Amino acid sequence: MLKLEARPEQSKLMSYLSPVLALAITIVIGTILFMMLGKDPVRGLYIFFVEPLKSVYALTELAMKATPLLLIALGLAVCFRSNVWNIGAEGQFVIGGIAAAGVAMMADKDTGRWIVVAVLVAGVLGGMFWGGIVAFLRDRFNANEILVSLMLVYVAEQVLGYMVYGPWKDPAGFNFPQTITFLKSTNVPKLFTGFRMNIGVLIALAAVGAFWVLLFRTYAGFQLQVGGLAPAAARYAGFSSRKALWTALLLSGGMAGLAGALEVAGPLGQLTPYVPAGYGFAAIIVAYVGRLHPVGIIFSSILMSMFYIGGELAQSRLGLPKSLTGVFQGLLLFTLLACDTLIFYRIRWQASRPSPAAKPVANVATSTLTTGKGA
Amino acid sequence: MDSFALLLAATLNSGTVLAFAALGLLINERAGIVNLGAEGIMLVAAIAGYATCVHTGSDTMAFIGGAAAGALMAGAFGLLVIWLNTNQYATGLALSLFGVGFSAFVGIGYTQEKLSERPNFHIPYLADIPFIGPAFFRQHPMVYGAIALTAVLAWFLYRSRAGLVLRSIGESPESAHALGYPVRRIRMVAVMVGGALCGISGAYISVVYTPLWVEGMVAGKGWIALALTTFATWRPARVLLGAYLFGGVTMLQFYLQGEGVQIPSQFLTMMPYLATIIVLVLISRNVTFIRVNMPASIGKPFFPGS
Repeated sequence: MLKLEARPEQSKLMSYLSPVLALAITIVIGTILFMMLGKDPVRGLYIFFVEPLKSVYALTELAMKATPLLLIALGLAVCFRSNVWNIGAEGQFVIGGIAAAGVAMMADKDTGRWIVVAVLVAGVLGGMFWGGIVAFLRDRFNANEILVSLMLVYVAEQVLGYMVYGPWKDPAGFNFPQTITFLKSTNVPKLFTGFRMNIGVLIALAAVGAFWVLLFRTYAGFQLQVGGLAPAAARYAGFSSRKALWTALLLSGGMAGLAGALEVAGPLGQLTPYVPAGYGFAAIIVAYVGRLHPVGIIFSSILMSMFYIGGELAQSRLGLPKSLTGVFQGLLLFTLLACDTLIFYRIRWQASRPSPAAKPVANVATSTLTTGKGA
Repeated sequence: MDSFALLLAATLNSGTVLAFAALGLLINERAGIVNLGAEGIMLVAAIAGYATCVHTGSDTMAFIGGAAAGALMAGAFGLLVIWLNTNQYATGLALSLFGVGFSAFVGIGYTQEKLSERPNFHIPYLADIPFIGPAFFRQHPMVYGAIALTAVLAWFLYRSRAGLVLRSIGESPESAHALGYPVRRIRMVAVMVGGALCGISGAYISVVYTPLWVEGMVAGKGWIALALTTFATWRPARVLLGAYLFGGVTMLQFYLQGEGVQIPSQFLTMMPYLATIIVLVLISRNVTFIRVNMPASIGKPFFPGS
């Protein structure tokens, strides 16, 4: 039978191969799924993996969808590396968006372009506030951050609902649950005319550099990671676990909030109940598939963006539900975690032999029998 | 008075959803496994149960279908967590994300389907007692099933040998292994039984609680159930009590709306989630209290010979 055997040290090769292997398995399962649904699997895979790369416009759309994923996943990578389980980035994204919208709606026709900076900063602060609640409750009351951060997602969605159905509802919006369309001056500047892609892409790439430096070239980043890998060693070295908790949650909250602001003041241009699009959850997968490494996360965010766009295309072209994206995303993380086992263990074929205990037991039995007779 | 009886009845109904899931998760955690996939399991089981009910018209079959779907999902989780030693939190999360997408995907054809006429349940004589009857004795049989399950589970954990072995694995898998118990196999059984109970809870949501199928209809109840096990300090009777408490909070919003309280509905919808946070804060405040009651090996992988 197959047996797992611990490797003397972690396999570096496998840590790079594992995401590729996981993607391959996901594609195989996807092919089977397409065939079961009676769709041409080649066409299905083409829509997911080729169509999003086919034209300049498609590429800019791909980059634009990857931007929030990249930003959020960078923050989450710091969290997961320091063993802080923030799974409520979706909520921090929403609150960031609400805060950004609040500032954007203050603009009037004389407001200068500087307002964009204020909008983005508001988003960051909003996200940090929402992440900060989690840090505070964990730090002060020892409340589990997984459950608290997740519960706050539902709370954030209700806050958003209240704002767009209540005080912020557009009076001229035919009673639709949405705010006014923000003034042009508050919109995040676009990179090229004719494309929706905006400077968020550049901000995200700059953030990749910043997070790389933070993680691998600063003492603070080192402390965070030691705390995650070996809490006892970190304590012994005098690294504060409280500081790590706050840093991780404020950073990831801020990044999610920034992503929310870029989305609301970018492609959306107003608040609607549809701001939460699952980016906060998908970013968890992005962070893992990217090996919690800023550069790796660039690739995984693009991959995940392909899943999003592919899902939308599959809906319009093949008549498949959009939730196919979620199926593939979940499958990818699941298979990735399974493949990651190969980093720490290797598989050995072990012929099942008769239990070695069988013989000695028999001997013992006979010996007691003989001694019994002798006595 | 009548509306209060209805509130009590609704509380029992809503608490039953949480009770089944939280009791299942309790079994997992007593064996040392945290399954963050509860939400996803419940969603997949909800559509599985609903689809079974649509095609067979039988509640019993729906619960069997839901339980089977739940056990299957939990089996996949167990395979990774127990036999491949993956991180429990990340794997559970993957299961939840998968479950959200997968249930929406397979359920797309069932959003228009309707269940046949729902039967009314009356316990003869008892259901006719004023106030008490409508409050307690006109429920779906599974409501009483949850109470019975709690009693059985309490007996199993504290009065049976197998329960003792399960608890010992949760406290110290190394010792249990040294005593010759097949730790990983027992954990696998615990995970699958827990998954089946989450599955029953999911099926209860789509077949009894709100008899229809809507994408994401579990709405965080899996996560609340996870919080409940901590709230109950891993004891079955307290889990049931906590489930009714949260069921009551969930139902209070409809009651308050009915009484004409002027609060925006969003704040009422928020209440169960805020209540979960508040309860977690209150119960976790005392670090030693939690540490004493929590199964010691919770969340930690066990790999014999490593």
